[in-house]
Amino acid sequence: MPRFFSKYKNFLFVLVPFGFLWAIKPLMPSWFFIPPKSCLGGCGSIEGMIPFVGWINTGIKFLKSYEIFGLFTFRELTRSISKGIDSVLNFTEAIFYNGFENLGIEPLPWIMLFGLAIVYGLYLRGWRLALLGGACFFYLALFSLRGIYELSMETLSAIAVSAPLSALIGLLFGIVAAKRKRFHDALWPVLNVLQSLPHFSYLIIVAIFFGVGSKAGVIATIIFAFPPMTRLTILGLKGVSQEIKEAGIMAGCSKWQMLFKVEIPSARSSIMLGINQVIMQCLAMVVIASFIGQKGLGHDLLARLQNLRLGQAFEIGVAVVFIAITLDRFSQAMALKEPERLKEGNFFKRHPFISSSILVILGSVILTFINPFASRIPTEYTISISGQLNSMIKFITTSLFNPLGAFRDFMLVYILMPTKAAFQSLPWIAVIAFVGLIGYRLGKLRLAITVMLFVFFIAASGYWVRALITLYMVCVSLVICALIGIPLGIWASKNDKRTKIVQNICDTFQTFPSFIYLLPAVMLFQISDVSAIFAIVIYSSIPITRYTIFGLRNIPNHIIEASITSGCTERQMLWKVKMPLAFPEILLGLNQTLMFALFMVMIAGFIGTVDLSQEIFRALTFADGGKGLIIGLCVAFIGLTADRLLVAWSDLQKKKLGFIS
Amino acid sequence: MNSEKIINCQNVWKLYGNNPEKFINSSEDKSLENIKKNNFIPAVRDANIDVYKGEILVIMGLSGSGKSTLLRCMSKLIDPTEGKVFFQGKSLTDLSQKELIEIRRHKMGMVFQHFALLPHRSVIQNVAFPLEVQGIDRETREERASKVIKLVGLEGREKYYPRELSGGQQQRVGLARSLAVEPEVWFLDEPFSALDPLIRKEMQNEFLKLQSMLHKTIVFITHDFDEAIRLADRIAIMYEGGIVQVGTAEQLITNPATDYVAEFTKDIPRAKLLTLNSLADKSDVNEYSMRLSGSEKIINVSAKILKSESNISITDSNNNIIGSINKDKIIKILFEK
Repeated sequence: MPRFFSKYKNFLFVLVPFGFLWAIKPLMPSWFFIPPKSCLGGCGSIEGMIPFVGWINTGIKFLKSYEIFGLFTFRELTRSISKGIDSVLNFTEAIFYNGFENLGIEPLPWIMLFGLAIVYGLYLRGWRLALLGGACFFYLALFSLRGIYELSMETLSAIAVSAPLSALIGLLFGIVAAKRKRFHDALWPVLNVLQSLPHFSYLIIVAIFFGVGSKAGVIATIIFAFPPMTRLTILGLKGVSQEIKEAGIMAGCSKWQMLFKVEIPSARSSIMLGINQVIMQCLAMVVIASFIGQKGLGHDLLARLQNLRLGQAFEIGVAVVFIAITLDRFSQAMALKEPERLKEGNFFKRHPFISSSILVILGSVILTFINPFASRIPTEYTISISGQLNSMIKFITTSLFNPLGAFRDFMLVYILMPTKAAFQSLPWIAVIAFVGLIGYRLGKLRLAITVMLFVFFIAASGYWVRALITLYMVCVSLVICALIGIPLGIWASKNDKRTKIVQNICDTFQTFPSFIYLLPAVMLFQISDVSAIFAIVIYSSIPITRYTIFGLRNIPNHIIEASITSGCTERQMLWKVKMPLAFPEILLGLNQTLMFALFMVMIAGFIGTVDLSQEIFRALTFADGGKGLIIGLCVAFIGLTADRLLVAWSDLQKKKLGFIS
Repeated sequence: MNSEKIINCQNVWKLYGNNPEKFINSSEDKSLENIKKNNFIPAVRDANIDVYKGEILVIMGLSGSGKSTLLRCMSKLIDPTEGKVFFQGKSLTDLSQKELIEIRRHKMGMVFQHFALLPHRSVIQNVAFPLEVQGIDRETREERASKVIKLVGLEGREKYYPRELSGGQQQRVGLARSLAVEPEVWFLDEPFSALDPLIRKEMQNEFLKLQSMLHKTIVFITHDFDEAIRLADRIAIMYEGGIVQVGTAEQLITNPATDYVAEFTKDIPRAKLLTLNSLADKSDVNEYSMRLSGSEKIINVSAKILKSESNISITDSNNNIIGSINKDKIIKILFEK
């Protein structure tokens, strides 16, 4: 017995008080179980212990009418920003699909985009990338019977505004943060919250201040997409080696020369990776921003999904995925591209890319005059397979109706319902104690207090019960993801070939905008907790798989050799050597998986779960900015609590293993 | 050495830790023990050293001995905690940022251990970089850069990018870049430490060849005593931030100031380094049948001395006899430690 105690003392330290608080629940009054409401926000209010929502809404009201220098209101300022965005957007829309009517200029012909994608793909990496880019635009142009091409161009013209602006803002913040420590320290927590806040929660506030429509969508996208750029810029600038900086100083650089000629170019690949991230985030927002009226692929995908016209939704979904993968691979290739020595010879030989681009542009303009196919494939020649898809989906779902239905019902009745009930019976005080004790065990008092405050915020906000349902969905998904991802990771880490296959699958899946995952979920399981969890699991299994592979493959070779010469069998090696050493990485993978799951759980609210996400959608409908933001913060704090604890645990393990000091 | 002082360090201190200025200014006891007891890391302790025009001063010490920090105090990459560094009579600490930039643009050049080339620039753009930041037009700076590139033997590689070059070639680019502004002082921070032994030797020869043409004032950092001996006019040995001894290689070997220096120089083949002067019996100025110049290295004349049965006279540069030597002494130097 004493051995048992000492071995599991860390677990007992947390679980015994937690279990005790849970067990005494029947003996305690109801405030012990559900956070009480207080009269802080007026006694009739529907809010929780502390009226955060009311405060935020008062703040919004104040800002709306607040006059800056007595000249114009804050809202007038934000509205004029959105006007500015709107005119830029009109310009890109003209380029991509409207054309400049009064100047008599046609929009870019599809053949030009097609040709440029091929030339640029060849220049960046080779024929495979060229093929991808070419295929993407060919699909968009050909499968356009229901207007996919126009929708795609609408989406692209929005990205053409939001991505550069977002990257620029992110870069500026990153530069200042890398140079000014105080700005960095102030910015960092804001970035953390911004990145764990569900998108829907600030859509409302964006709509209040910037209006609705594509311009508001662009602004929401910019806010959402800049944090990773800032992070990667900071990382890149801080990673510039001391020697390189000294070389710059010794060459006699002024402050600005240092920044623009030495530091930024040296951090180039990190910054380019930031641009890649920005583009991906912009694509993730394509669907989400359509909630506040952004036009394009996302808007139509959403409408089809709502009407359960899955075949058409699928066709649009493929277009979104195609664009996402293409932009991702191209921007990645751009990040990895090394400067190349110019070849000797004439202009064509020295600048093959520029010259062939010019040829493509001129050629396609000429082609449009010769043959209308070059500017836009005429509608009668475009195709759509949504009809066939619809009947296929119908066939699959009807033939699989019984087994799938049985599976769904089994999951609901025997696993999900009981788990949900168990989560809902958690007393809030016990949960606060739980995270506090873990925090204290892992870090110091500081960590414990931070995570307890996070949880207290949720309890006090008045959305505790909903938060427990969100927590239940996330935890169930997390367990399933671990059961899929860890074995898959172990399998994949066996040899290079498997690793490559699985990593490619992960890369591709991660590129899919999250809304896409709702499609198969709804097809297979209609609308239920099972379909929500299905969508969450496919999306969130990616990081745990990746990190497991990473952890297992990055064990120093001499340790593997030592265990082989000690006579380990494969199995012993895995469980006695590799897994313990990979454990800290696997923990980080779990952390990422949890973040992905939280993100997806919010989107799953769209197909009717009853947790926090449903409340957010309600807030969206009633344009209740305060509510949206507070629920968003609740979700963010669930994420940040888990993040703090798991990262602290991982660090502790790494320290124990001597990986970090 | 009676030539002009280019760099003059006066009581230079650099401590790392919490508020080292206060410690330096208020503490009576600035011994190594007390510094460590107060949780400061002694990078440079009370360094007084001069660099004379046209000499190669090698600062030598093990890693963590503070040699790189001292070099960075000389180039003002690091602010000393206390003390002054004069560059051609001007106190570096009192210069404005603008004046410092001017000095760096025209009078200093520096070479780094890991080359520190800008990866996004070709060889010629790297070499021309210090000229570019001065605002010199492209044609002029590339013309000047190509001359230096030729000097370091990289002709034909102007358009290459650093990643396409070997380590030795990359450091040649580093040398060229530091020479592009025709600096008066040349700082080299372990320039050859990251290279393979064979390449290192080749680069050392190259370096000596360059110096014989250019006559720069050089501060050279190394942890390799062999390298120090090959290159140095004078060697400064550092230990835990303090300069233990400064002198020619011969002085360090024959008169080590501390046990630490003696330990360092113990394994050095003396015969290669010492001259007859340092072994001569100065009390015996008799005329013997053979005369040898005192400035000869022992290794070069040992065969002659060993063949000779009698003593040999040692002469100074004016051919006056200043002492004598016999083969017993040579045998001792060659075969005993």
